[in-house]
Amino acid sequence: MKALSQKRRHPFAFVALLLLGLLLTGGLYAAATTVNQAQASNVPDGYSADQVEEGERLFVANCATCHGMNAEGTDAGPSLVGVGAASVEFQVGTGRMPMQMQGPQAQQKPPQFNNEQTTQLAAYVASLGAGPAVPDDEWLDVDQGDPARGGELFRINCAMCHNAAGAGGALTEGKYAPSLHGVEAVHIYTAMTTGPQNMPVFNDANIPPEDKRDIIAFLKTYEQQGSPGGFSLGFLGPVSEGLLIWTLGLALLIGSMVWLTSRSS
Amino acid sequence: MSASKEKYTEVQYLEVDQYQPKTRTGRITNYVDTRVGGTGMVREFGRKVFPDHWTFMFGEVALYSFIITVLSGAFLTFWFDPSMSTTRYSGSYAPLQGLEMSMAYATALELSFDVRGGLFMRQLHHWAALLFVLAMSVHMLRVFFTGAFRKPRELNWVVGSALLILGLGAGFTGYSLPDEVLSGNGLRIIDGMLKAIPVVGTYISFFLFGGEFPGNEVIPRLYTLHIFIIPALILILIAVHLFMVVTHKHTQYPGPGRTERNVVGYPIGPVYAAKAGGFFFIVLGILCLIAGTFQINALWNYGPYDPSPVQAGAQPDWYIGPFEGVLRLMPGYLGPIPLEFNIPTPWGGNSVATPVLIPMIPVALIFLGMFIWPWIEAWITGDKKEHHLLDRPRNAPTRTAFGAAVMTNYLIMWGMGSNDLIATHFGLSLNDITYWSRVLFFLGPVIAYILTKRICLALQRKDREVALHGHEAGVIEVSPEGGFSEKHKLPSEYEFWTLVSYEAPEPSGPKTNAKGKVTRTEKLRARLNRMWFEDRVEPVTREEYLEALEHHGHDDHSEGLEAAQSRGAIEQH
Repeated sequence: MKALSQKRRHPFAFVALLLLGLLLTGGLYAAATTVNQAQASNVPDGYSADQVEEGERLFVANCATCHGMNAEGTDAGPSLVGVGAASVEFQVGTGRMPMQMQGPQAQQKPPQFNNEQTTQLAAYVASLGAGPAVPDDEWLDVDQGDPARGGELFRINCAMCHNAAGAGGALTEGKYAPSLHGVEAVHIYTAMTTGPQNMPVFNDANIPPEDKRDIIAFLKTYEQQGSPGGFSLGFLGPVSEGLLIWTLGLALLIGSMVWLTSRSS
Repeated sequence: MSASKEKYTEVQYLEVDQYQPKTRTGRITNYVDTRVGGTGMVREFGRKVFPDHWTFMFGEVALYSFIITVLSGAFLTFWFDPSMSTTRYSGSYAPLQGLEMSMAYATALELSFDVRGGLFMRQLHHWAALLFVLAMSVHMLRVFFTGAFRKPRELNWVVGSALLILGLGAGFTGYSLPDEVLSGNGLRIIDGMLKAIPVVGTYISFFLFGGEFPGNEVIPRLYTLHIFIIPALILILIAVHLFMVVTHKHTQYPGPGRTERNVVGYPIGPVYAAKAGGFFFIVLGILCLIAGTFQINALWNYGPYDPSPVQAGAQPDWYIGPFEGVLRLMPGYLGPIPLEFNIPTPWGGNSVATPVLIPMIPVALIFLGMFIWPWIEAWITGDKKEHHLLDRPRNAPTRTAFGAAVMTNYLIMWGMGSNDLIATHFGLSLNDITYWSRVLFFLGPVIAYILTKRICLALQRKDREVALHGHEAGVIEVSPEGGFSEKHKLPSEYEFWTLVSYEAPEPSGPKTNAKGKVTRTEKLRARLNRMWFEDRVEPVTREEYLEALEHHGHDDHSEGLEAAQSRGAIEQH
């Protein structure tokens, strides 16, 4: 330090200080601008900048009325910052969004956007902030899943709303858990990671991706097996069975009774 | 009949002993008859006459479906092991492979997937059980609404009521046996209801389950009840029921030649026996058809029992539905006030779970009312006569209306048992269904009572009209004077009998007792009696009929004249 204090009056000290100052500010500025640039073109993994841009255009035209111009949310719809690509894949991919009308919950309908457009929207929403991503194909491959384990997980985590056979069930105030028959693997998966409508989120800490795959494997096995005992009556259990015996059963019986007691006149 | 009471001489007895039939069949029958005495039985029972009407066959259906449950149930016992000891599933149903479960569930799965014909027999057993209770219920409704429970058949009505309760017991114990999540949920509700009984509830529950729910005793215990005690009781009561039917003879609907002192119909042998025997196979055929085409109780869906999950769409079989529904109907809070409260006691306080206890009151009332109804009605009407001719429901408006009111109450509880499925399938709010059902639970029976009574009275008036003036023929005639009149077609003699043979007494005021006093109970009886009989449509009397007939005769005559005249008029133009 002594040397430094002695040399501070050196004729070149001023030049050296100036140089240092320039370097620092210039360097900082350069660093700052690159950071800014990076933010502006925050393209999420697996998507291209074009897709984000195209997605934004679709978003503004179809979704911004309720979700706001920058997806910041309005009174009519929630903010989409941080909901992730998985949410878009589920909501738009199953036709629930764009919503036909406000109601207890978004109804499933034929999808309004094709796969390409859905991916573009997903890219845009993912670019807004980090959130659950669309799963890799590895986690959707039912051949690698264990249906028995999946069945157990399903009965513990899902059957209380979706019914033991995945036929769906009622929730409060007109809301409901839909039937899971015929739902695509990716939608089952993304529903678990994003918790759409009234469904809770089952994140990877709660149900790891392997377990999610097992659940999907169970549902797909179940779908393939059909109903071993004949017509399933909607997989609804004793209510539809009771209805059948009181309608078809009783009608057949009364028919035969009337026939037996009629006179052959 | 009279022949059997004649006294035989010694010689005649010897003749019978030496009687040698000529054919082989004859020899066999004679051999059996001389040792068992079948002739007497056949003569006695074979000549019993049964009136033919399709509504009389529901009891038969109940009997036949019971026999079918016994036969198919016997098949199931060969494989089913009602044990709660655990095993690891290794049968052929992949989605349950390797899971730990009770032997009961594992063997029920084995029956469904690995025993040849097992799934069919399981489904047949279950469908037959549903039909058994259904047939009993419809039979009971028929007996109620036609007044067949009146003197002298009150006790048989009680036996029938007991059979219905036993049927519910048989059904529920069977539903609980496979030990999957669905049946476990049912048992958990029973456990909860037992524990809701103040003070002793917990002890009763521990007694039944052999410790804290679910324990590992309850399935074998239910099995004993299901395959032994309850079916044995049902069999005994069926025997008593049928014996009483033979003693009382069958009731019949009013019709030509049918009186309180006879029974018009076919004798059992041979026509009725053939019909009834054939009908067994029709019932069996219908049940096999249903069991072979419609899946019932897909127990592989529910998974091995675990007290933690309750699955959406967890419901009991239909006949337990009202019990479930009334629990769903009952609010746990009245506004901000919780309906469960604690009574402080020296040993730390007892919880009184009124949301579980209160719903048992309407159910208990319906069942208690069912047992004692014949005496209630006889007390109100003061009717001490025997009745073998049935009422058409319209001709007992108050009884029919009261029955409809109770049924409405039952139906609302029943519907509430499936409120979640009503909500999803009709796009309604579960909460709204529940609120409306709470209102309708009280209001519905009143509306049903008023409506039914008015409909009955209107139908009676219509009957009276038809009996006196005939059916409207739909032909309008214009008289030469320009008057319009409609032709009426008088009812056939058969129909006429049905229309006029009923009683509609006037209300009887309070009577004094032996001390010459009118008691308070008697006043109540008189008031109920007035309610019972005050709205009445009198049956057509002989005088009225004759008068109407004369009138019609005149009409016919003038009609003929008019017709002749009009023809003449046409010819003139």
